[in-house]
Amino acid sequence: MASAIPSPRLERRAAPSAVASAVVPFVAVALALVAGGIVLWAAGEPPVAVYRAMLDGAVGSRDGVAETLVKTIPLLLAGLGVAVAFRMRLWNIGAEGQLYLGAVAASGTALYVLPDAPAAVLIPAMILAGMAGGAVWAAVPALLRARLQVNEIITSLMLNYVAILFAEYLVHGPWRDPVGFGFPGTPRFPDAAELPQWGTTRVHLGLAFGLAAAGILWLVLGRTRWGYEIAVAGTNARAARYAGLPTARNILLVMALSGALAGLAGMSEVAGIGHQLQRSFSPGYGYTAIIVAWVGRLHPGGVALVAFLLAGLLVGGDALQMELGLPAAVAPMLQGAILFFLLGGEALARYRVTWRRPTPIPGGPAPVVEPG
Amino acid sequence: MGDVAAGSDRDVTSTASAARQSRRDLLRGAATASLALAVGLGPRDARAQDASPAAGPPIKVAFVYVGPVGDLGWTYAHDQGRLFLSQQMPNVETVYQENVPENPGDAERVIRGFAQDGAKVVFTTSFGYMEPTISVAEDFPDTVFVHISGYKTAENVGTGFGKIEEPRYVSGLIAGRMSTANRLGYVAAFPIPEVIRGINAFALGVRAANPAATVEVIWTNTWFDPPKERAAAEALLDRGADVLAQHQDSAGIAQAAQDRGRLAVGYNADMAPLAPQAVLTGPIWTWGGFYVQTVQQVQAGSWEAGQYWGGWKDGTVDLAPIGPMVPEAVRAEAEAEIARFKAGEKDIFTIFTGPILDQAGAEKVPAGTALTAEQLLGTDMNWFVQGVEGDPAP
Repeated sequence: MASAIPSPRLERRAAPSAVASAVVPFVAVALALVAGGIVLWAAGEPPVAVYRAMLDGAVGSRDGVAETLVKTIPLLLAGLGVAVAFRMRLWNIGAEGQLYLGAVAASGTALYVLPDAPAAVLIPAMILAGMAGGAVWAAVPALLRARLQVNEIITSLMLNYVAILFAEYLVHGPWRDPVGFGFPGTPRFPDAAELPQWGTTRVHLGLAFGLAAAGILWLVLGRTRWGYEIAVAGTNARAARYAGLPTARNILLVMALSGALAGLAGMSEVAGIGHQLQRSFSPGYGYTAIIVAWVGRLHPGGVALVAFLLAGLLVGGDALQMELGLPAAVAPMLQGAILFFLLGGEALARYRVTWRRPTPIPGGPAPVVEPG
Repeated sequence: MGDVAAGSDRDVTSTASAARQSRRDLLRGAATASLALAVGLGPRDARAQDASPAAGPPIKVAFVYVGPVGDLGWTYAHDQGRLFLSQQMPNVETVYQENVPENPGDAERVIRGFAQDGAKVVFTTSFGYMEPTISVAEDFPDTVFVHISGYKTAENVGTGFGKIEEPRYVSGLIAGRMSTANRLGYVAAFPIPEVIRGINAFALGVRAANPAATVEVIWTNTWFDPPKERAAAEALLDRGADVLAQHQDSAGIAQAAQDRGRLAVGYNADMAPLAPQAVLTGPIWTWGGFYVQTVQQVQAGSWEAGQYWGGWKDGTVDLAPIGPMVPEAVRAEAEAEIARFKAGEKDIFTIFTGPILDQAGAEKVPAGTALTAEQLLGTDMNWFVQGVEGDPAP
């Protein structure tokens, strides 16, 4: 009889287990390395050497660290944006679209609004335009949620596709480089629009934006009345309403801030790295940012740390093929394994697994007895 | 060289695994051990004496690929060229990275990484790598970069491309003879001169064989996206096309044609193994010769940044074997044409010799004159020849 078999259930813990919270990241990474190691070993590769190559590629040299930092910048900024919204239980899945809109607004500023401005004017203008672009894009689902109770998960996600297609339209159409042999992409930005880079590396000023944003957020969320309001609204929306907190206004503000940070990520990417707007300039930073925010436990410091670690994981993955000649699929496999165990571990810190027989629902249909 | 080629498969495999072994040593700190050890040339200081003059000194050559090496398309063709290079020149160590996105963040990191790792020649094999290649090359003046399919050069950046339109034109002749519906379809990546030129060459071949036929174009805005390519192919089949051609990197189009019992012209590499009942033939890339030539020039110190544009005569492009469904008369006609291209009696300029009319019937190339290389390669190539249905500037 099927119903007699005990099945695993997840029960929410009253409070996240402190012990589990502390050890989960370490156990998760260790388990992921073991799981990945089994696959590598089965494929005839010595796991330790592979991991060492990844570590070496990510942080083993000045250039490795620089490239890891380059990859950290968009993950950090977009991750902070996602974390702010998630703190208030606003599930903004639209960071990718907000990042694209930020890049579009910053590119338009550099190419068509202030093409002749000096850097001291142009770069602040691009920052403002990028943040405004992201904020406006995030305000759409925020308004729908605050006024009409429309689920922001769906609207923010759907707006990603709109934003990406809008950017594609621009680079294929009106903004296409007239001397670009018809290939989609805007002309190169004026030199004044390029974010300064650190020495001969590609690490650009966007890193300072990211670190400043993390610091400011840490202060705002942890030390101000508004930060407290958001924490209350995120923990118990009903209590926040009874306390007379302005929920609708905070939904708008938090989502706009969230979108502005993602927009700044997009601005940094085009002004710091690409120096032009092109199609698919983001390999999904806005989606990876959700993982960054979640694994970083929605804390600005945690987000910064996780953004750096995840960037290292992505950059270190290059070494697997470039140096060891492994198939390109190995890197995402290892990356996926690590994330799987990390997120799984997080769940176990919040929930406990119990084994028990399903109890029949009172008044519900009788359990079906299967023959045999 | 003959001996090397004969034992090629085994040699390549053992070299690859030995290279992996040696690079592991490198990671353990034995920095002098590298591929040279694996191929039996001894440590760094002894290499110069041990290397035979014909083979040249050891050199590391890197390839940046936009797709997977197993795509049986564009990237596969480049990887065949890489394997040919390592067969022909055993003390060349080749390294590569697949699936490198064309966004500047990732592409530049990979190209830079190869230059930092000591690659002396870096082939970047997709149009979207042009800016990152130029950008990295500025920082590595002693490394030679060869960008495939672009137009920007520098002191240490050359370009390489081929006159794929020559075999494409002959594939059009065959396709035009094989179509009974007089409707052909063409799944195309981006509306850029390279792709438009190919569509025009194909259509000129089709119309030379079958003046009543039309070629309908669908743009996908992607080089490699098998489901999207297939969806475009099915739309063309739904509208009555009985032969499909493509400027895409996967075999999804040929497979869609085969599933409907229709015909297809492949691209990049011989796609017949994936859709044997459908594939008539296809223009293919044979990069190996160009790669060997470039690396030899770099070793000899005679390499100069230029714009290589190889034709059928030079062995840079070819036509895949003609399928068994093609009748003998058509095959004979195609083979005679192939011989003329290979001998240099015909070339890309012959194909684009007037009279050529555009879609609206206006004369674009007067009788007796041919388009120049500049007109073929540059932004002037933004129009379709008569018989093509679709928008060259969507």
